Amino acid sequence: MKARWFSLYGVSRRPPPGESFEDLAMPLFDRLYNLAHWLTQNRDEAEDLIQETYAKALKGFSSYQPGTNFRAWMYRILRNTFLTSRAGLKSFEPLDETGEDIAAADEQTPESLLLKHLDLELVRKAIDGLPVPYREALLLCEVEEMSYQEIATTLGVPMGTVMSRLSRARRALRESVRKLQGE
Amino acid sequence: MAGEHWTDKLDAYLDGELNAADEESLRRHLRECSACAAEAVERMQLKRSVHDAGMRYKPDAAFRARIQQSLRSKQRRRYSWSWAPVAAVLAAAIVGVALWTTHFREHMRERQLVGELIDQHVATLASANPVDVVSSDKHTVKPWFEGKVPFTFDLPDLQGSPFVLVGGRTSYINQSPGAELIFRLRQHQISLFIVQDRATGGDCGTPLAASYSFHVQSWGSDGLCYFAVGDVNAEDLNALAKLMQPRG
Repeated sequence: MKARWFSLYGVSRRPPPGESFEDLAMPLFDRLYNLAHWLTQNRDEAEDLIQETYAKALKGFSSYQPGTNFRAWMYRILRNTFLTSRAGLKSFEPLDETGEDIAAADEQTPESLLLKHLDLELVRKAIDGLPVPYREALLLCEVEEMSYQEIATTLGVPMGTVMSRLSRARRALRESVRKLQGE
Repeated sequence: MAGEHWTDKLDAYLDGELNAADEESLRRHLRECSACAAEAVERMQLKRSVHDAGMRYKPDAAFRARIQQSLRSKQRRRYSWSWAPVAAVLAAAIVGVALWTTHFREHMRERQLVGELIDQHVATLASANPVDVVSSDKHTVKPWFEGKVPFTFDLPDLQGSPFVLVGGRTSYINQSPGAELIFRLRQHQISLFIVQDRATGGDCGTPLAASYSFHVQSWGSDGLCYFAVGDVNAEDLNALAKLMQPRG
């Protein structure tokens, strides 16, 4: 049994032949906007990012191969557009992804998280504080419910890097939440 | 303390990314190890929280409408641009095919007519009675055709020319009655077919190709069409054509 407990979109949405770009892309609009806002942390910049993403995607729609993952294709355009934006260039600082992460297990006992009801605003604050590469991997996994493979396709990195980033993101998030809970 | 071996796999388990065997082993372990079970619950709680917290931003309805509108107008433009060359190519192809078909049909009809003229000329030469009226006198030959063909024609005075009138016979070109005059030029015989213009399907006066060493020359005059056929060269046929149309 799969441990996923919610499912909003299929992992790969295969377009039947003849579907227009608008038919395929507009259902993703709210979710793409959500991620754009998370990445840019600013409404105006999120709107600019979405506008540019849709314009680029429409322009490149002829290169999209029907039957492949349209959602991952759109997210990749969004993400690459963000990467080349001013805000994106600033946010993608080099990460040390070579060190141990999973092995460095939490030294604290989990009770502090387990027993307290997690305040969503607090979690949002913790997510906001994550470096963008961790934030985007975490949001694609938890909010967009993408598989590791789909995230790897979207981010253009190997599966191992996806797993490593997710692990680091979650650890950083747990630490951040605990810290915020203690304030 | 949760076992490191198992905690390494907890995230993949909760993400639904473990293979079936590992998933089963981990599930069995979680039933026995309270530390790992607590860790799993905590991580799942965080996962749920991130999911809920992550659904944070909603786009403005106006912004959404603006993007949708812009997509529609861009798509329309794209379609109109992308269809323009296709339509142009299609139109050109249709015109091309139509022209080629017309040309091909004309070519075939012309070939058919040339074949028919040559056949009749050869049949005349091979006949034991090549002419029905034997005379070199135009005043004998011309009246002979009265009542046999639905037109009349002029015959030139051949005095001083290398052509000799041998005689004439009735003929049919494209199922229309016509006159066939036989001339001699040196040792060669030339058939001159005369029919009404409308029987030739518009081929009157057009340069006709040579076939099987025979030459065919055509010209039109006074609603009549003339076809000279023979194994002489084209210049000789031209000379006969000039004699036959003194006004031109």
